[in-house]
Parts: sequence; structure tokens; C-alpha cells
Amino acid sequence: MLLKFLTRTRHAQRLGWTDALSYAYLVVGLFTLFAPVLWLLMSSFKTESAIGEFPPTFLPYTQRTVQVDNYPQPLPLFHVTLDDGQVKPMAQVSRIGIMATMVDPEHPQETVQVKLLQRQPVRELKFAFNNYTELFGKFAFGTYLFNSVFITVVATVLTLLFNSMAAFALSKYKFTGQKTVFLLIIATLMIPPTIVLVPIFLVINSVGLLNSLWGVILPAVATPTGVFLLRQYMLTIPDELLEAARMDHASEWRIYWRIVLPLSAPALAVLAIFSVMWRWNDFLLPLIVLSKSEFFTLQLALNSFQGELNTQWHYLLAMTVITLLPVTLVFAFLQRYITTGIASAGVK
Amino acid sequence: MRFLAFFFNLLEPVFALSQKWLGQSRLAWLFVGPNLLVFGLFTFLPIVINVFYATSAGVALMPADRPFSGLENFQTLFECRDYFDFQTCRKDVFWRAIGNTLQFSVIQVTLMVLFSLLTALVLNRKIIGRGFWRGVFFYPVLLSPVVVALIWKWLLKSQGVFNAALVAMDHPPIEWLTDSHWAFFWTIFVSIWAHMGFYTLILLAGLQAIPKDVYEAALMDKASPWRTLTRITLPLLMPNLIVVLVLAMIRAVQVFDEVFVLTGGGPGSATTFIVQFIYQTGFAEQIHLYGLAAAASLALAVGLIVLTLLQLKLTRAKDAGQKVR
Repeated sequence: MLLKFLTRTRHAQRLGWTDALSYAYLVVGLFTLFAPVLWLLMSSFKTESAIGEFPPTFLPYTQRTVQVDNYPQPLPLFHVTLDDGQVKPMAQVSRIGIMATMVDPEHPQETVQVKLLQRQPVRELKFAFNNYTELFGKFAFGTYLFNSVFITVVATVLTLLFNSMAAFALSKYKFTGQKTVFLLIIATLMIPPTIVLVPIFLVINSVGLLNSLWGVILPAVATPTGVFLLRQYMLTIPDELLEAARMDHASEWRIYWRIVLPLSAPALAVLAIFSVMWRWNDFLLPLIVLSKSEFFTLQLALNSFQGELNTQWHYLLAMTVITLLPVTLVFAFLQRYITTGIASAGVK
Repeated sequence: MRFLAFFFNLLEPVFALSQKWLGQSRLAWLFVGPNLLVFGLFTFLPIVINVFYATSAGVALMPADRPFSGLENFQTLFECRDYFDFQTCRKDVFWRAIGNTLQFSVIQVTLMVLFSLLTALVLNRKIIGRGFWRGVFFYPVLLSPVVVALIWKWLLKSQGVFNAALVAMDHPPIEWLTDSHWAFFWTIFVSIWAHMGFYTLILLAGLQAIPKDVYEAALMDKASPWRTLTRITLPLLMPNLIVVLVLAMIRAVQVFDEVFVLTGGGPGSATTFIVQFIYQTGFAEQIHLYGLAAAASLALAVGLIVLTLLQLKLTRAKDAGQKVR
């Protein structure tokens, strides 16, 4: 009896122990995966001076400045411990070595010499939204954004059209060479663009699409994954529907877009999500095709800015956040479709 | 919607006419046409041209201006005085890139499979809010490589949060991205961070496809959790594990984007991988050595074909095993 009781409790305890371990693992995972993104987000709201501070803070603290009479620029504010032990807020006029010239905002005429050790900066929480707003004025950020959106939208629309047409033919027709065509398309899965980089560059150059957004769009609109995904889905559409339409003298084109396309909407939605992610995040192909900065996508712009010697991190971080925002929103709303879509197709 | 209908109606006469001309079954070619054209132009034609580039010399882009040079490009790539010392090779960066890529792939794929398996096993338990946790682990997969690299570059820079933590613990700061060992470590860490969720998802789908009654039977037989894992879960998950292994391997060999932005291949060539070598030889350096880049990409292609054949062999072996069972 006693033995049975003991083993039973131990068993129950062990179950609880593994559960705790699982949750611990998940929480560590949550931290590892999201803390970096969160840190980036908070850092992107820091002012230019706050971003250079070491050690960095999580929240965007910045030093308070005050406008003092007789001084055109706003001055940084400090808490100064005076010789008599009194703490007073004072603004810094200038600094030489370990001494600073400070002024009391209440009495702008008198300046005091203060040792650096005697003062503490007055900090306040301030979100520098101008990191974001200034992007559009300072850089051709609007152009990059437009290029990215244009490529993503146009390529996705064409991908859906071309791939669904091919999938329609491959699933609803019997024609000579059908197997060969299907195998050829699947074979392209095995040929990643990385191994045909040089010749793709030549082809794009020869058709005159170098430094053109179409040079990034066209090579990407035929995807083996898309054809495969749509074909598998269209196979489940009963042929009787098509036959009935043919009885009514519907043309093949009409059958395609009036019957098959609407019925394939779920698969088209999955492909659309994939395509948006692929094109928005694309890097290597744009990198070799688009070399002039007026054709840069967001990814290329980010890459070129981070490579500059005096990287202006406050702008770069804001730009990074804007770049990850659409994908994050898409994910937040369509998480279920994406995860089940990928799990079923086994593709990314 | 109306615009869409207008657009599709616009194409109607084209297809109606072709239907009359070609007949119904040959109309299929019109439907697959656009796809095949794009594939032909941007995938199949480039393969042929690639071989041509690899066997011709010079710095011209246009094929007509490139004299045939046989295997010279390959000789340049592979010639070494002493094959045990990269320094003596004519293209020592190429060898270093191959060495780095192999080292990276082996370590990264091993850790990737282990961690995604562990995560999938945890996510497959009866946990509260499974959908939420699945989303958590999947989220970084959607981020672009450039964004991923910049997030980590920001954390790892010499005045970043990692060094702040070190200083707070009275440890001198470390140059994470300019020390060759640390830089290599972080390329592996960041690529696992970014892609683990994808493989986790595939494994999770496999785990959820395992019938529940097998586990009930194991419970009846009082099998230990460890025994259940090694004797039931892992063997039944094997098809998915192989898919994950091979996909991860194929991707790891082609690693480029994140590393390129994170470390730029440096310090020196400590994190230069094979695709970056191709990109730099063909496009980034002053003189564009297209022939050499094409030869290197053919070498990469051979590697990928070997990996694909390995996959076929593994899956066949597994099929045979199932038939015996």
C-alpha cells in the first residue's frame, strides 16, 4: 500500500517537473526570440544623442534641455550638487576638461564653474518620433518604400496569375508533354538562384531590365512552389463542374477564371501570403539587378546605410522597424494560415 | 472586382481565338506558356550559359567577347601547392570559403535539428496557449535577412547591450563581430535564431500526425518516457526529420544574406561563405571575374546535387525499411 502510494506521488511529481521545464523552455524561447526585436523597437525611439550612450537603456531616456535667456540654443540640464550640499538644476553652457561652465536658468546672468563629478544629467522619457518622420525628408525613403511595395504587389499579382494558369493546365487537361512540363517545373525547385547568379545577370542585362524594377519582378513570377501548391489544390475540384460549363458553351478561359479561380481561393491566399513575404524580403537578386540608389528596395537601402562609415543608427533603426512592420502585421492577422500553409506545403 | 472582371474579359478573345485554332487540349500550352517562358529564360537558359561562362576567360559580360578557355577557371580555383594549407592556393579565399561553409553547415544543421526537434516536442505537449507559442517560435522566420542581421548588429556592436551587460558584470567588453571566433559563433547563432521556427513547424506537423493510440499502447506497457521517445516518436518522425535535415543542409550551404549584412564576411575572411565568394568575384570587386564566379557556382551546384541525391537515397532506404516492417 505504502509503496504504491509513494510511486504514485513520485509519478505525479515528475509530470509536474517536466511541465515546469517545458514552460521554462518556452519562456526562455519567448525572451530569446522577442527581446532583440523589442530592444530594436525601443532603441528606434531614441534621440541621436541618447543612441550613442553607454551603457544603453531599454527605454528611450534622453537628457532634458532648457531654453535659457541670452542663449540661442537649448542647453542640457543637470542636477548640480553645490559646495554647500544644496542640489540645484542648472544648464551647461560649455565644458572644458573636468570643469563645466553652468548657468542657473533662474539667473541667466551669472555662470558658475562646476566639476563634472558634481553633477548628474536630468533625464526624461521621450519618444523621438522624428526619427521616423525625418526619414522621408532626409533620404529618398519614400522612393525605397514605393519600390518595395511596387515590386511586392506587382510580382504577387503576376505570380498568382501565371502560376494559377499553369496549375489549371496541369490539373485539368490531358495533353502530350504534360508530365515533362510538370517535371521541368518541379526540377526548378532544385536550382536555386544562387548557382545561376552570373547568367541571370546576363539575361536580365540582355533584355534591358538592369536597374529596372521589372528586372526583379519578372524572374520571380514563376515559382515551382506556387504551381505545385495550386495544382494539388485544383486536383480536388471535381471535373464535372467544368464539363457542365462546357455544355453551356463556356470558353476555356471563362472556365478558368469564373469557376476554377474562385474555387481555389484558399490556395491562392496561401500563395499570396508566401509571395508577399518572398518579394518583400528578397535580397540577393535585387542586390545584383538594382545598383542605382533610386531603384533600391527597402532591404537594399538598409544594407547600404548600415555599411556607411558613420552609420546614423537612429535613422537606420527607425527604417528597420518600418521594414519589419508589414510582415509583422501580416503575421499577427494571418498567423494560422501561414503556419498551416507552410506545414502542409513544406516550403518557405 | 469589376476591374478584375474587365481585365479577364479583355483576355477572353485571345484565348477564344486560340481555342478555335489549336483545339482544346493544345490550349493547355497557352496556359503553361507564361510560366515556361519565365522558367526557360531565368532558370534553364542560365544553366547552359553558366557552363559557358565557367569555360571561358576574360572579364567581358557578353558571351561573344569571351574566348574559350577550357578548364582554366577550375584550375585557378582548385590549384594549390599544398592541399593541406589554404595559404598556398591561388584562390585561398575560395578554399577558406569552402572550409567555412562546411564547418558552418555541420555545426548549424546539427544544432538546428536538435533545437527544432526539442521545440517541436515541447510544443506538442499539452500546454496552455499552444497556438500562441507556435507563433512565437515562428515569427523570426518571416523577418527579412537584412532586418535580422541589423537587429543583431545593433545588439552586438561594441557599445551594444551585450557589452553593457558584460561591463555591468565587471568583465571587459568583447568585440563580438570583429573577433573571428565570436563572429563565426554569431553567424551560426543568428541563422538558427532566424530559421528554427520553420523546421520546428515541419517537425510539429509530423508529431501531430502520429496516431494517439500508439502512445496509449505504450502507456499500457508502462514504457518510460525516454523509451517512448526513442522507440516510438523518433522512428515515426523519421520522414520529417530527413526532410528537415536535407532542407537545412541545402539552405546552410547557400548561407549568404544575413551573414553578408551582419559581418560582411569578416573579420578577414573568417565568415566568408561560398555564395559570398561567388557574389564578390562576379559582382562586388573592381574587376568582375564572371568566369571564376560561374566556375565556383558550378562547384556549389555539384555540392547541392550530392545533397539532393543523399536525400533521395535516405528516403528510399526509409521506404524500404517501412516495407520490411
